[in-house]
Amino acid sequence: MATFPEYIAQNEERDGVRFSWNVWPSSRLEATRMVVPVAALFTPLKERPDLPPIQYEPVLCSRATCRAVLNPLCQVDYRAKLWACNFCYQRNQFPPSYAGISEVNQPAELLPQFSTIEYVVQRGPQMPLVFLYVVDTCMEDEDLQALKESLQMSLSLLPPTALVGLITFGRMVQVHELGCEGISKSYVFRGTKDLNAKQLQEMLGLTKPSATQGRGPQTAQQPLSNRFLQPVQKIDMNLTDLLGELQRDPWPVTQGKRPLRSLGVAMSIAVGLLECTFPNTGARIMTFIGGPATQGPGMVVGDELKTPIRSWHDIEKDNAKFMKKATKHYESLANRASTNGHIIDIYACALDQTGLLEMKCCANYTGGYMVMADSFNTSLFKQTFQRVFTKDVQGSFKMAFAATLEVKTSREIKVSGAIGPCVSLNAKGPCVSENEIGTGGTCQWKICGLDPSTTLALYFEVVNQHNAPIPQGGRGAIQFVTQYQHSSGQRRIRVTTTARNWADAQTQIQSIAASFDQEAAAILMARLAVYRAETEEGPDVLRWLDRQLIRLFMFHLRRSPFLQVFNNSPDESSYYRHQFNRQDLTQALIMIQPVLYAYSFNGPPEPVLLDSSSILPDRILLMDTFFQILIYHGETVAQWRKAGYQDMPEYENFKHLLQAPVDDAQELLHTRFPMPRYIDTEHGGSQARFLLSKVNPSQTHNNMYAWGQESGAPILTDDVSLQVFMDHLKKLAVSSAA
Amino acid sequence: MNVNQHTPMASPYGQPQPGYSQPGYAPLDGGYPAPYAPYNGPASAYQPGAPPQGPARGPPASGPPPVSAPQPYNQYSHSQGDMQNGPPTMTQAPPRPAASQPYNPGAMNLSGPHPSYPQHYGPPSTIQQVTNQMTGMQIASGPPTPAGPGYAPPHSSQPPVSTAYSAAPPPSYTQAIPPVSSAPTQPPPPSGPATSQQYYGGPPPSSQQPFNSSLPPTSQQQFTSSAPQAPAPPVSQSQQSFPPTQPPFSSAPPPPPLSQPSPYHSGPPPPRAQMPPTSMPQSNHLPPGPQGPPGPPGPLQQPPPQPGMQGGYPPQQNGAFGQVRGPQPGYAGPYPGQPNYGAPAPAPAPAPPAQKRLDPDAIPSPIQVIEDDKAKSTEPFTTGVRGQAPPLVTTNFQVKDQGNASPRFIRCTAYNMPCTADMAKQSQVPLAAVIKPLATLPPDETPPYVVDHGEGGPIRCNRCKAYMCPYMQFIEGGRRFQCGFCSCVTEVPPHYFQHLDHTGKRVDCYDRPELSLGSYEFLATVDYCKNNKLPQPPAFVFLIDVSYNAVKSGMVSIVCQELKTLLDYLPRENPEMDSVVRVGFVTYNKVLHFYNVKSSLAQPQMLVVSDVSDMFVPLLDGFLVNVNESRLVIESLLDQIPEMFADTRETETVFGPVIQAGLEALKAADCAGKLFVFHTSLPIAEAPGKLKNREDKKLIGTDKEKSLFQPQVGFYNNLAKECVAQGCCVDLFLFPNQYVDVATLGVVPVSTGGSVYKYTYFQAQSDQERFLNDLRRDIQKPVGFDAVMRVRTSTGIRATDFYGSFFMSNTTDVELAGLDCDKAITVEFKHDDKLSEETGALMQCAMLYTSCSGQRRLRIHNMAVNCCSQLADLYRNCETDTIINFFSKYAFRGILNNPTKAVRDTLVNQCAQILACYRKNCASPSSAGQLILPECMKLLPVYLNCVLKSDVLLPGADVSLDDRAYLRQLISCMDVAETHVFFYPRLLPLMKLESGSLPVAVRDSEERLSKGGVYLLETGLHLFLWVGASAQQELLLNIFGTQSFSQIDPSMTSLPVLDNPFSQRLREIIDSFRAQRSRYMKLMVVKQEDRAELIFRHFLVEDKSASGGASYVDFLCHMHKEIRQLLS
Repeated sequence: MATFPEYIAQNEERDGVRFSWNVWPSSRLEATRMVVPVAALFTPLKERPDLPPIQYEPVLCSRATCRAVLNPLCQVDYRAKLWACNFCYQRNQFPPSYAGISEVNQPAELLPQFSTIEYVVQRGPQMPLVFLYVVDTCMEDEDLQALKESLQMSLSLLPPTALVGLITFGRMVQVHELGCEGISKSYVFRGTKDLNAKQLQEMLGLTKPSATQGRGPQTAQQPLSNRFLQPVQKIDMNLTDLLGELQRDPWPVTQGKRPLRSLGVAMSIAVGLLECTFPNTGARIMTFIGGPATQGPGMVVGDELKTPIRSWHDIEKDNAKFMKKATKHYESLANRASTNGHIIDIYACALDQTGLLEMKCCANYTGGYMVMADSFNTSLFKQTFQRVFTKDVQGSFKMAFAATLEVKTSREIKVSGAIGPCVSLNAKGPCVSENEIGTGGTCQWKICGLDPSTTLALYFEVVNQHNAPIPQGGRGAIQFVTQYQHSSGQRRIRVTTTARNWADAQTQIQSIAASFDQEAAAILMARLAVYRAETEEGPDVLRWLDRQLIRLFMFHLRRSPFLQVFNNSPDESSYYRHQFNRQDLTQALIMIQPVLYAYSFNGPPEPVLLDSSSILPDRILLMDTFFQILIYHGETVAQWRKAGYQDMPEYENFKHLLQAPVDDAQELLHTRFPMPRYIDTEHGGSQARFLLSKVNPSQTHNNMYAWGQESGAPILTDDVSLQVFMDHLKKLAVSSAA
Repeated sequence: MNVNQHTPMASPYGQPQPGYSQPGYAPLDGGYPAPYAPYNGPASAYQPGAPPQGPARGPPASGPPPVSAPQPYNQYSHSQGDMQNGPPTMTQAPPRPAASQPYNPGAMNLSGPHPSYPQHYGPPSTIQQVTNQMTGMQIASGPPTPAGPGYAPPHSSQPPVSTAYSAAPPPSYTQAIPPVSSAPTQPPPPSGPATSQQYYGGPPPSSQQPFNSSLPPTSQQQFTSSAPQAPAPPVSQSQQSFPPTQPPFSSAPPPPPLSQPSPYHSGPPPPRAQMPPTSMPQSNHLPPGPQGPPGPPGPLQQPPPQPGMQGGYPPQQNGAFGQVRGPQPGYAGPYPGQPNYGAPAPAPAPAPPAQKRLDPDAIPSPIQVIEDDKAKSTEPFTTGVRGQAPPLVTTNFQVKDQGNASPRFIRCTAYNMPCTADMAKQSQVPLAAVIKPLATLPPDETPPYVVDHGEGGPIRCNRCKAYMCPYMQFIEGGRRFQCGFCSCVTEVPPHYFQHLDHTGKRVDCYDRPELSLGSYEFLATVDYCKNNKLPQPPAFVFLIDVSYNAVKSGMVSIVCQELKTLLDYLPRENPEMDSVVRVGFVTYNKVLHFYNVKSSLAQPQMLVVSDVSDMFVPLLDGFLVNVNESRLVIESLLDQIPEMFADTRETETVFGPVIQAGLEALKAADCAGKLFVFHTSLPIAEAPGKLKNREDKKLIGTDKEKSLFQPQVGFYNNLAKECVAQGCCVDLFLFPNQYVDVATLGVVPVSTGGSVYKYTYFQAQSDQERFLNDLRRDIQKPVGFDAVMRVRTSTGIRATDFYGSFFMSNTTDVELAGLDCDKAITVEFKHDDKLSEETGALMQCAMLYTSCSGQRRLRIHNMAVNCCSQLADLYRNCETDTIINFFSKYAFRGILNNPTKAVRDTLVNQCAQILACYRKNCASPSSAGQLILPECMKLLPVYLNCVLKSDVLLPGADVSLDDRAYLRQLISCMDVAETHVFFYPRLLPLMKLESGSLPVAVRDSEERLSKGGVYLLETGLHLFLWVGASAQQELLLNIFGTQSFSQIDPSMTSLPVLDNPFSQRLREIIDSFRAQRSRYMKLMVVKQEDRAELIFRHFLVEDKSASGGASYVDFLCHMHKEIRQLLS
C-alpha cells in the first residue's frame, strides 16, 4: 500500500470520506485517550462522473434492525446463494434476480471499486421540482429591478416541468395565483399574524383536490400543480410579466422608519403552502430579502430607525429583545420545512444586517443556501444566484433534494452524531452511541438540500471494551446510505461502504499515529468548536479548544470569524459559520487559514506564509479566504500601476504580472459557490484591511523596530502573533504533560 | 314585506291562516275575546256560498266564543275573498258588523253580551234581538246608565243640538251597540223607543244607551251629549228622526247628510249599518256640525272655536273636533263644513243592533281630513308665527322660512306644549319632534344659506353653546346677547357687532340668515373636525357578494353593469364639478377580493384576503380612486367581475368581515364614507359575525318573540360603534332567498345612519327596475357624513329620547356615520322644569357634518312652539300624523324588550289616556258613554289601529321574521309623510283622471272599491293597481290596451305605454308617486278575485285584517270602551 496521504486522497476521491484516524484504536479507553475522536468528513454527493447509476435497487440485509446494503465487504457464498451481512453477520438469501450470480459473474455492488455505488429507485412517481420564490418588495427600485431581472432570468434555467410559485411581501404578504387571464390575482395576508398549514390551506382554497380526488384515477396528476405552483412551461410568460410588474411596496414609509417587512409571515406562508401541497417532495423556497423583518412573528428589529439592529454587544447584554422570539419562529419553520424535505434558501442583500442570525437555522437545517451581499445589483448576488442552477454534464441540476443519510456501523463502533446542514430523524438503532456529538442520538439525518460539495462531519465512538480484543486484521466498517431525490425527479440511493483496520493502541501506537489525518482532524475539531460556539458561550469554547489537542490551525481558527465575533456582526458570524459547516475539507481549510500567493518579478507565483512579513512592496499578493478573493498590490507595484507602466509596450511584462493574479482570481471565482467578494486593492487602500486582518501579525507596531527588518508591513494590532502563541503553547503542553 | 314574493305570499295567505288563526286568536281573545266570536258568526252569514252554514254555525259558534273562534275564523278568511267583491251587497254588511262586534263584545263582556251576540247576528233585524242586546248593553253600559239618565235630560236639551250624533255615541262605544241608536237618542227617547223599543225609549237617555247606541240615535246622543248645549238640536233631531226610522241603518243615513260629508255616506249605504258605531267619533265630528248653529255650545273651552267651525259641533265637545285645525285661530273659519264628517260617525257598533255596524261614513274619515286640509292650505305656510301647526303632510304647500324651521325639517306632535310636567303627564300626549335635518326642499324653496363666521367659528352662547339664532336677544345696544335657551348673557365678538334699531333688533337682522331664518348652515372651523384636521373628501366602497346565489339571480351582473354609468352621478354639491367622492370595489363570498384599480394599471388586480377572522385592507394605493382617472380600469373590472364568478360554486358568505373591510379601507384612507353592500344570504361561513338560522315561528306571540328582533350576536353592535367612530355609513342591499336575519344584519346599517333594502326572491327580470332605481337614488342622494346632532331646548324641557338610524354613546349626542336626505330622527322631550307661556318652548337642532364635497358644516334648525297652561290648548294644536310617527317608532323599539302584546296594549292605553284626558278635561260635560275626540286627534284611533295591525306588531302567518325586522328598522327612520302613507295607504280611484289634479282618494276599505273600477294604492313601499272584475272595457282598453279583464297579465310590473290621455296621465301619476318616495315602488297589478288580491287587501287598513287586526270600526268601539273605563 502506498503512503497514508495517498490512501487518504484515494479514499476521498472514491468515497468522499476522510477520517481523522485511518487506523482505529481497538478499545474505548484507548480511543478516548486519543483526544481527537474517530470521525469522518463525508461528502454524500461527491461528484463521481465515472460512476454510472445502477438501474436496480439495493439488496438489503433481512434483519429488521440492520437493513444494511449488500457491499463488497460482505462474504458471499456463491453456491448457496447466500451472503453474510458484515455489520450484523446475518446470513441472507440473494433475491431471485440474483440467481445467476457466481464468482465470475458478480453484481457491481460486490466489486471493490464500487465501494460507493448509486442505485436508481424505479418505483414511485417522478416528482417535479418545485421552486417557490419569496420576494421582498421593500427595497430601492434599483435593487428591485436587478432582482426582478435575476428572477426572470432564472425562469429560463428551470426545467420546463418544474413548478414555480411566487410570494411577494412587504407590509402584506401576497401569494400570487399564476396563469390567470385578465385580472391578476393574489391572496393577501397581513404580515403580523402567523398561520398554520391548515389555516393556510383553507384560506388559499387548497382543500379542493381532496374533494375532487374521487373523480377518477386521472386526478392523480392533479396534486402536481395548483393555482400557485405551476409548470414553468405553462406560465413562463405570465410569470415574467408578473415579475416585471412588481412594484415597490406601496405602503408609505414615514421618515425615520424602516419599511414594514413581513418576512416571518412570508416564510411561514411559503413553508405552509408547500407543506400542504408537496410534502416530502423536493422543493426550494428561495427567499430574497432586502432588509430585516420589522413586523409580525420573526421580526428582528422594530421599525424605528433610531433603534439599531442588535449587535453582539446587545446579545451579550441580553438586550436583543426580538432575537429569542424570532429565532424560535424561524426554528419552527426550519423544522417544518425539513420535516417535509423542503429547502429554504436565503439571499440577503442589504448593507445592514437582515437577521441572518435569527434565520440561520432555516438554511442550516434544510441544507439551503445562505447568501449575503450588499445589494441585489451586484455581481456577487447575480452570479451566485445563477450558479445555484448550475448543471452537470448530464444537464441535471447539481442539486439534490430531500435526502436522508443513514449510517451503519460495525458492532465495535457507534455513531455519536453529525454536524452539518442536517436535522435528526430520530432513528434509534443499534449503531447509535449514547454520547452525543453535534446532532446525535440518531443514525439517520435528513438533508433537504444537497449539492456535490455538501459535507457532513460525522463523529463516532469506539465502544469495544478493552477486555474484548479484536482479532488481528479485523476491520471496522461503516456504511453511509444516502437516499435522495435527484434533480431529474428520480429517487436515488447512494451507498458508500468503508472500512478501517483496528489496532491496539498499546502495541501499535505508531501505526495509529501515522494514520492521523491532521487536515481532517482540524476541520472536524473546528466544526465541533463552531457547533459549540453556536450553542454555548464563546469564551468557553475557546477554552475548551485550548484544552484539546492543538495543532497548526488552532492559531488561525481562534482568530477566524467562526469563533471570534469581534468585528463581525451577528449576521456575518452566522453566515460564515453556515458556510463553514457545509463546505468540504479543502474549502474549509481555506476558510480557516486563507491561502496567500505572491506574484513578483522574482519568479513564478508562489504560496507564501500568511504572515505580515509576506507583505512586500514589490509583490502582488492574492489572498483567498473563501469569502473574499483579494488582490493586493505592494507599495511599489501600486506606484508603477498608477504611473501607467502596464500600458507601455516596453513594460509588457509588468502588464502580465498585473494580469496573472487577476486571471487566477477569475478561475477561483468561477468555481466557487457562493461567489466570493472580489477585492482589488493596494498598499494603503482601505480594503487592504481584509488582508491585514488575516495575516499573522509577526510584525506589529510594538515590535517592528525591535525586529529591525525592512521587509514586511507592520500590523497595528494587539493580537498575539503565531510566534508568541506557539511559545505559550509549548509551555502549556509541557506543563500539562507533567 | 312580501310584495316581492308573489307566490309565497299568495299561498300563505290563503291557507296558512287557518292554522294561524288560532294562535293569533288566543292572544286576541285576551283582548277582545268576545268580539271575534260574534264575528265569525256574522262572517259566516256573510259568505255567499256559506251563508247557509254560516248562519247556522254562527249562532252556536258565537255562543261559545272560544270554540267557535277558530272555525269562524277560517270561514272568515275564506269569506274575505267573497267579501271584497261583494261588499256592496247587504249581506256583506252583516259581516262587518261582525267585525265591529268583537269590540263591542269587549265592552259587552262585562255585561255578558256574548249571549246577546249570537242572537244579534241571527236576528239582527228583529226587535227582540235588539232588545236583548239592549239589555246586554245596558248592563255593560250600566255604568253609563247613570249618565244615561243624565243624558236623557241633556238629550232633551242637547238632543236638539247634537242629538243626531250624540245619540249613538256614548253608549254605543261603551258597548259598541249603543251607537246605533244614536239617532233615536234624543228625539229618540221618544222615537227611539218606538223603533228600537226599550232602548230608545228609556234609553236614549241613559242605561240603554248602550243599546241605544246601537241605534243610530244613540250615537247621536252622544254627540249631543257632548254638544248638549249646542243648539244642534235641530240637527240632531233630524238625525234623530232618522234613527227612529231605522235605528241602526236609518241612523246611518241621516248622518251623512247632516254631519258629514256626504261623500262618505254616498257609497256606504250598507255601511250605514255600521254607522251606529260611528256615532262615537261623532262626538268629535259633531258632524252634526251642520248645525253649526250651535256655535255657542257650551262645550268647554273648545266649544267656542268649534262653534265657529261647525255650528253644530260645538256641542260636541270640542268643536275641536270640527276640524282638525278648527281650533286654531286662523283656521276656525274655513272648516265649517268639515265638522260634518267627523260628526256623523256615531258609535259604531252596537253590534248587537244586529250587526248593524257603525256607519263607516259616520266615523272620522282620514280622507275627509286630508281633503279639508288641502282645501284650506292655499296660502304659503309662513313659519314666523310661533306655535302654528303646519298643514298636513299630505298637503302640498309652500313654506316661507320666517324664523322657524320649515315643517319639512321639523314637525312636532304638539305646537302648544304643556307648561308643566304634570300637565304633560296628565294628557299623555307625547311631546316629540320629527327632525329631518337634510330634507330636500322643493325647487321653489331656498335651501339653507351657508353662513361663515370666520376663523372663530360660529357664535354661540357661552353657557349652553347654542348657536346664534333668531331667539338670541341682543341687549346693551348690541354688545351682548341673551340666549333664548338658557338666558345666559354672552359678549358679542367685535367683528360681529351691530347696532340695534328702535325695536331692539339688529340692523342687519335681515341680512343675516342666522338672525332671521329658522334653518341655515355654518361653516365649521377646524375645531369642529376630528383630530383637529379638516376632513378628506368621503369615499364610497362597493362590496358585492359573488356567491352562487348572487351570480345566479343576476344581481352581480346588474350591479356591475349599472355601476359603470352610476359612477358618474356620485353626489356633489356643485353640479358643474366632478364629484370628489372616491370609489373602491370589493367582491366577496367566503373570502374577500379587493381590487387595485389604480389608473396606471392596464388591468385591475385582484387581491384576495382569505383571513376573514382578522380583517385588514391589503392595499392602500389604488383601492380608493377617482372615477375619472381610473375610468378604464374600473370599467374593465366591472366587465370582468361577472365573468370571473360566472362558474362559482361557492354558496357560503361572510358578512362581518365585509363591513370590517370597508371600514378598514376608510380608516386607512383617513376619510369618512359609505359602504354599499350587496348581500344575498345568511353569513354562515366561519368568520366573525357568523350567524345561524334562528327563525322560529313558534316564538311568535310568546315572551321570547322580542329576542327575534334583537341581534343574534353582539359582534355587530361593536362593529357599528367602530363604524360610527370612523364615519363609515353602511347601506345594505339584501337579495335573500331565505331567512337572512335582517334583525342582525341590519344592526350596522341602522346604527350608522344607513339604509337596508330588501329584495326577497330577487329575479333580474321582475325586480331589476326597482333595485336599480333604489340604487341610483341611494347613490345620488345628498348625504352628510360623520355627523353629530344635538338638540338644545329652552330650560324646562329636555330631549330625552331619540328614535332613528344612528348611534349614541352618551345621552345627548346623536352620532350619525352618515345621514341622507330621507332620514328622519324622532326626538322626544320631557319636562324637567316649568315652561312659560310667554317665551314658549324653543328647540335648536344643530348637526355637525361633512358634506359630500368634504366640507365640515353645521346645519341649524330652530323651532319655537307655544306653551299652554290649559289642556284644551294643547289638544287644539296637536298633529296626529306626527304623534303616530312617534308612537310607531316608540312601539317598534319597544318590541325589542317587551312582548309584542304588551307593546300593543301600551299603545292602546296611552291613546285611550290621551283621549280620556281630553274627554274629562276639555270636552263639555256629557254622558260618559259618549265618545268625544279632539278635533285634531280624531284620526288618532284609525291611525293607531293601523300601527297596531302593522306586520311588525301583528304579523300574519305569511309575514316572515325578516320582513318584520326589515319594516321595524325601516320605519325607525321614516319621516311623518312616509309613516303616514305607510300606515294609511293612499287609495285613488282611477275612473276619471284629470290632468293637473289627482282624483280624491277613497278610504282604505274594501267597501270603497267598486267592482267596475280601477284603483291605485300606494304605501310608500308598494304600489298596486287593483282592477275590478267588471271594470269598464273602455277603462281597460285605456290602461292595458285590452278589453278583456281576463287578458290582463297580473305579472306586469309596468303599464303599457299607450297613446291615450288616460294612459299617459295614469303613468304620470305613477311616476309622480314614485318620485315622491325615497324608495322605488314596484307596480303590482291586482285583479279582483285573483289570488294576489290577498296581498292587496292587506293594505285596506280600515278593514279587519287577515292576521286578526281589528277593523276601524271595531277598534273605535274598543277605544271607546277603554276610554270609558278610564273615565269611570
